[in-house]
Amino acid sequence: MAAFQPKITAFVCNWCTYTGADLAGTSRLQMAPEVRIIRLPCTGRIDPLFIIKAFERGADGVIVSGCHPADCHYNHGNYHARRRFAIFRDLLDFVGIDPRRVIFSWVSASEGGKWRDVVDGATATIRELGPCRTDTGDEGQGRLACAS
Amino acid sequence: MRELRELAARLLEANDVQVVIGWEEWGRGVRPAFARTLAEADRLVFDQRCVHNLATYLHPRRKHIRRLGRPAVVVKGCDARAAAGLIRDNQLRREDVVLIGVRCPGMWVEGGAEGLPGDRKWADRCVSCPQRTPTLCDHLVGEDGPEPDGPGLEAQVERLQALPMAERWAFWSSAFERCVRCYACREVCPLCFCDRCLADKSVPQWIESSPHQRGNVAWHLARALHLAGRCVGCGECERACPAGIPLSILNARLQQSVRERFEFVASDDPSVPSPIGQFRVDDGQEFIR
Repeated sequence: MAAFQPKITAFVCNWCTYTGADLAGTSRLQMAPEVRIIRLPCTGRIDPLFIIKAFERGADGVIVSGCHPADCHYNHGNYHARRRFAIFRDLLDFVGIDPRRVIFSWVSASEGGKWRDVVDGATATIRELGPCRTDTGDEGQGRLACAS
Repeated sequence: MRELRELAARLLEANDVQVVIGWEEWGRGVRPAFARTLAEADRLVFDQRCVHNLATYLHPRRKHIRRLGRPAVVVKGCDARAAAGLIRDNQLRREDVVLIGVRCPGMWVEGGAEGLPGDRKWADRCVSCPQRTPTLCDHLVGEDGPEPDGPGLEAQVERLQALPMAERWAFWSSAFERCVRCYACREVCPLCFCDRCLADKSVPQWIESSPHQRGNVAWHLARALHLAGRCVGCGECERACPAGIPLSILNARLQQSVRERFEFVASDDPSVPSPIGQFRVDDGQEFIR
């Protein structure tokens, strides 16, 4: 059987992490290729439903990343996001969806190296946890995050 | 009871309000009642069977209730917290409603327990109730009862939290699987007041509308999240659920999370801002790399 190739969705903010990921690319940093980036204006725009949807549609892991506290382009979008994600993580844990599958980080526009570390770290974690088990009967679509 | 009926009659007579929303005897139990005449006011009751959260009639989606005129609502502790939630979220103006507080003895539900008549027990949520006697009210009637006794909701949250993660998922996925997506939990909730619910939107469709596990999980997670820091623990969602999904436990866990992280308890003081939509620069971020 071929080695497990995880699918990881990254929701990143336009101003810091996306630019940081761009920097990692232009700096020719080598990193795991399993991450698909979705660019959003701000971490404050990332509804927890985006993350649920990613899992529904077959992601094995999700990265959420944006500006460091006090660095938000919109002043405090990331502070609002931080509260929301804190609660969301508790909820995931309580219903038995492994919160290690959702990785939160702050990566600034100048931290190409940190972005590589986040991506490599996330890929390693998800590889270890294995694929999201299919609980819903139909293959492919219909996958849902659940306990590892 | 006398006290409540006389007060309702007085308010109606003075034309201070046009309708008093309370409970009346009906069948083998009680039901919400809308007293607009003195005769109707004389039928109002309040006891351990009055589980319904009447604050749900105050939210702006219930236009047919608003048409009845200025209401007075009989509120238990949890109902007053719900009314405070509506005021906090700018859905209700304090001066638009008269709140008749009742000293709540705690509600009884089905299920055997020692000492209570007719195969009844204290509702778990009433055992864990932070404040049974409302402070957000214009009038206060009734008498204190004995302290409710039982395991309470926290015990159930803890029991689940202690299970291994796979077993927690097994518990919740089998509960969510039973969901028929009737949205009774949403309709009955005093704080689900959006004009158009996220679950009813189809472009884009964030929550699949068929009663399939995919959409069911998304719906229940979204519903619980949207009530984080707002849920008052009245347990109406669970009571209305035809599939017996233990929504109160899910809500209780999130309120616990909000309490521990942001030191917020949904009280009946509308001037305390809701924790979501606020932030502190030094909020915990132990989970962020």
